[in-house]
Amino acid sequence: MTMLLALGRSAIAALALAVLASIAVPASAQQPTQVNPTASSVKEDQLFRQMTRIDGRISIPDAKEGVLIQPAGQSWRQFHEVTLPWIGAIAILGMLALLVIFYLTRGMVRIERGRSGRTIMRFNAFERFVHWLTATCFIVLAISGLNITFGRQILMPILGPNGFASWSQYAKYAHNYLSFPFTLGVVLILLMWIAWALPNRTDVEWLKQGGGLVGNKHPPAARFNAGQKIMFWLVVLGGAAAAISGYLLMFPFYATDVEGMQTAQMVHGIVAVIFVAVMLAHIYIGTIGMEGAFESMGTGDVDLNWAKQHHPIWVEQEMAQSRGASQGAPAE
Amino acid sequence: MARMKFLCDADRCIECNACVTACKNEHEVPWGINRRRVVTINDGKPGERSVSMACMHCTDAPCAAVCPVKCFYTTADGVVLHSKDLCIGCGYCFYACPFGAPQYPKVGNFGSRGKMDKCTFCAGGPEADSSKAEYDKYGSNRLAEGKLPLCAEMCSTKSLLAGDGDVIAQIYKERVAKRGYGSGAWGWKTAYKETIAS
Ligand code: HEM
Ligand code: SF4
Ligand code: SF4
Repeated sequence: MTMLLALGRSAIAALALAVLASIAVPASAQQPTQVNPTASSVKEDQLFRQMTRIDGRISIPDAKEGVLIQPAGQSWRQFHEVTLPWIGAIAILGMLALLVIFYLTRGMVRIERGRSGRTIMRFNAFERFVHWLTATCFIVLAISGLNITFGRQILMPILGPNGFASWSQYAKYAHNYLSFPFTLGVVLILLMWIAWALPNRTDVEWLKQGGGLVGNKHPPAARFNAGQKIMFWLVVLGGAAAAISGYLLMFPFYATDVEGMQTAQMVHGIVAVIFVAVMLAHIYIGTIGMEGAFESMGTGDVDLNWAKQHHPIWVEQEMAQSRGASQGAPAE
Repeated sequence: MARMKFLCDADRCIECNACVTACKNEHEVPWGINRRRVVTINDGKPGERSVSMACMHCTDAPCAAVCPVKCFYTTADGVVLHSKDLCIGCGYCFYACPFGAPQYPKVGNFGSRGKMDKCTFCAGGPEADSSKAEYDKYGSNRLAEGKLPLCAEMCSTKSLLAGDGDVIAQIYKERVAKRGYGSGAWGWKTAYKETIAS
């Protein structure tokens, strides 16, 4: 019985083979004898003529590895090696030079009527805390960030490869961790001061007259003059741009691919060096550029004559408020 | 001295991923790190090709150019190596690398990026040749033993070639001449600024 079955099976198999062969023979006869498998194959040259990078499918979970070749890395290298250092050097050294020239020609802006001896509170303890929190973080972020851009040229010859590498490792930790309090500071600055930083008509007049630093007149200003309002928006928008691009760099490839990472680095680098240049000007005005200005963020109290000179509208508002308050209080 | 290079003959690669596995095993590469990978282009379409890719050990290497702590060096054989003692894990070499070669263990700050790891052309790192310290950081040093990279050595179709650039270019040229076609020496123009005329 089993013998018979096996025989039957092989007979069917033989028949099937014969049928297959009869179909296959004429088919292969119709095809050219020499098949050129490369005629349809992808070629590197050809792909690069159509697109700027070559992507494919991979069998590992790391999606970013699906990019086979991205020559764009070379242009990013160019940005990192040449463009950014130049932008940075021009922005930062240029600003320093401008400030030196400005100081030598204009000197410190004095309190015209001298100190009155009476003070008025300009920034309360919380405002000053937020300012200095942000400022300290900014200085550390700037130094540790610029270390990535310029450290190799400036510090490495001094510290040696090992010393420079361990310093850079700590600088990177500082840059990564202090990004959080810095971002918090920028958010608090936004919430705390936006009410005084919205542009209005007095700003136009202030800007036309060149403000209290460039011009010699004293165009009226409320709590923040137009220059300070511009500084506020530079900090808020620059801080946001630095934070968004920075977190993309810090948490790589979660939100974007290699092209996006390159863009994030370019945005971060350019925003950072311009931010540093702008802050140098801010530091100048707050210290040696203007008599009596530092106190507003130091003790929080400024001299009344300083306040009247630079922020007359604000002084009037404050006076009116305190008069109102004392009138409202019961006699005795 | 020989100028070491890789060449993947995509017309032979069958995407078996043995090179990937051999590399992981030889160097005890940590989980999640792929020093070599196989990328399939036009997958499932006529003319699909697979290319096994790792660090190409570029001429004038972009990774070395952008590294903020200058931790790369090129050996006399043209192999691009780096020092994990110096690397700070900034990730910049990956942005510059045309081939996606640098890899980062998910350790360090917020688990985002540890010290970079990549293909060493089986040539270890700055530590003493074949020392334990070298093995722990970079894997085995086959070049010091007079052997070529394991991925290419055990490639079943001899698609992946590793060795003296002139020699492997000659082998590829002969193959192309004999069979009458070739999809190109993938990455050579980008890595070495030259192609193999075929
Ligand atoms: C607010 C949050 C910020 C985050 C999350 C952040 C994050 C980063 C990251 C991850 C890098 C890459 C290098 C590394 O891993 O250390 C970097 C680079 C850099 N950062 Fe930041 N950063 C922030 C704010 C700032 C600020 C405010 C400045 C400027 C004062 C700054 C200046 C720089 C500079 C100059 C670089 C180097 C750019 C280069 O040469 O490629 N960063 N930042
Ligand atoms: S392939 Fe990438 S990691 Fe290797 S040498 Fe070239 S740029 Fe550097
Ligand atoms: S990750 Fe390491 S090797 Fe790569 S550029 Fe940064 S410091 Fe250099």
